[in-house]
Amino acid sequence: MTSVLVCIKRVVDSSSEVVLTDDGQAVDGRFAGFTMSTHEECAVELAVQVAAATGGTATVLTLGDADATEQLRSALAVGCTAAVHIVADSQTFGPADVAREIAAVAADHDLVLLGNDAADSGDFQVGIRLAYELGRPVVNGVTNVVVEGDTVVARGAGPDGHETYRVPLPAVVTILEGGVEPRYPTVPGRMKAKKIAIDERAPSAEPVGPARVRLLLPPPAPSNVQILGKGADAAPAVVDLLEQLGVLAR
Amino acid sequence: MILVLVETSPSGEAIEVSREAVTFARSLSASGGGVPVDAVVVGEASDALVATLASYGVRQVHVLEGDAFAAFSGAAWASGVLAVRASAGSVVVIAAGTPRGNEVMAHVAARAGVAMAANVLSFSGLSPFVVTRQVVGGSALEEMRLSDRPAVFTVAGHAVEASPAETPGSGEVVTHTPAVDAADLVARVVSSEEPEPDLSGTLKSARVVVGAGRGAGSSDGFADLLELTELVGGSLGVSRVVTSLGWRPHHEQVGQTGSRISPDLYIPCGISGAIQHWAGCSTAKNILAINTDPDAPMVTKATYAVIGDLHEVVPAINEEIRRRRSAG
Repeated sequence: MTSVLVCIKRVVDSSSEVVLTDDGQAVDGRFAGFTMSTHEECAVELAVQVAAATGGTATVLTLGDADATEQLRSALAVGCTAAVHIVADSQTFGPADVAREIAAVAADHDLVLLGNDAADSGDFQVGIRLAYELGRPVVNGVTNVVVEGDTVVARGAGPDGHETYRVPLPAVVTILEGGVEPRYPTVPGRMKAKKIAIDERAPSAEPVGPARVRLLLPPPAPSNVQILGKGADAAPAVVDLLEQLGVLAR
Repeated sequence: MILVLVETSPSGEAIEVSREAVTFARSLSASGGGVPVDAVVVGEASDALVATLASYGVRQVHVLEGDAFAAFSGAAWASGVLAVRASAGSVVVIAAGTPRGNEVMAHVAARAGVAMAANVLSFSGLSPFVVTRQVVGGSALEEMRLSDRPAVFTVAGHAVEASPAETPGSGEVVTHTPAVDAADLVARVVSSEEPEPDLSGTLKSARVVVGAGRGAGSSDGFADLLELTELVGGSLGVSRVVTSLGWRPHHEQVGQTGSRISPDLYIPCGISGAIQHWAGCSTAKNILAINTDPDAPMVTKATYAVIGDLHEVVPAINEEIRRRRSAG
């Protein structure tokens, strides 16, 4: 009966070209659209799996503007059964602010799952700060989580091999993609998700902020590419190059 | 004093990104009037490790010893780093932007009640102290004020080139066995196993990697690419979209969330070169891109390129290699 809270963030889809807002304070999502990070999709999947395996519950949480309900509905459509929405502009919240806001909700949950790092701000610390807010242990950057009784068993890749942690609940665990395949929402899942009432809350305190001066785009690197040719006709030039580099197996 | 957490390889050497972090600390020291740079290592510091760190200008090598550090725990490592910091009075605490480095520095910052900046590339001022760091997976940069002391951050991989100092440091070894709170040992590694053999290992060590992206078209689109891989005696690496679509297994993925490769030659075929992928292949010595789009980032960043559909170009290359072999 594990009560799982999984935390997600609405972020600009950065798989194509990244554009900044005019004030340089945020990534502009008007053209690219919005998503949640792959780490968080895997965290949602693990939350649903743990809830199913233990007869427990999976609640999804986000801190974001009104449009972030889109990401909450996505998580509800794949099996989360409740949602909490702290309605605020996530760009004005630093990692310590976000950790404090999650802590205000997390006290009732046995296991809190988060992505290892947000796809936009890349702070690598919200889960760890949350653990200190709650006075709970934290495992960072794992790809698999199961609950055995009152213990969470977390596994992931370390520098020297596959590592295992066994930690008593309640605990915080941050997830990296790669261990589980996030499921696709079914049509009944989407219908069900629309009917779930989202618990909307105001932030518990004024944010300190992210200490951001501004965002910049990295300068484009000068291109020195040598074009060997076009289409199949380039094959002799390619093989000449492979021979010249000495990489052709004999 | 600037304190650098140095991570070591299984053979006990300072890993390259940690040597980069020490190099970064030295440039920060030079701007700050020459404050000393110290290193902290966990477990054991061999004479060779100490000699390397001294050649990088390190004054003191602080070694964290004791049972509390026998298995990894982010909280225990952070408490050890803060114990060293308290005894040595450092104003800056940094690590390499590795998974361990980011984790331990986040613990350090949370415990010290200060901010932490992940994946810093450079600094642009000391008062106020402003760092520039990678965000959005490296697609954008953020200038961030770090006004707290200690200033805690991690240095992004390859932000600077690791280079020994003109004047070596004394490399004096100082051993610490700080008491670690039981609560900091609750979340620690209880077992570590060798990864499954022959998964990403051959990819990471291959001299030639043939890359495949969305341009492969489907899970059936890899036959020619696999033949080329065999003809050049290399490994197949793929972009994230290929593993996300289930066309190839995750252990073949190259990129920020896959393997990082540094082959003599990387041949990305039908890979546009999103920053997430580039993060995994940017250290290849030569890149030969095969792509229909001459403006694709992978083409403009490559050493060599062929403009064309991989399903036409790759079979022609395979045919040419076979023809020359039978002729030779």
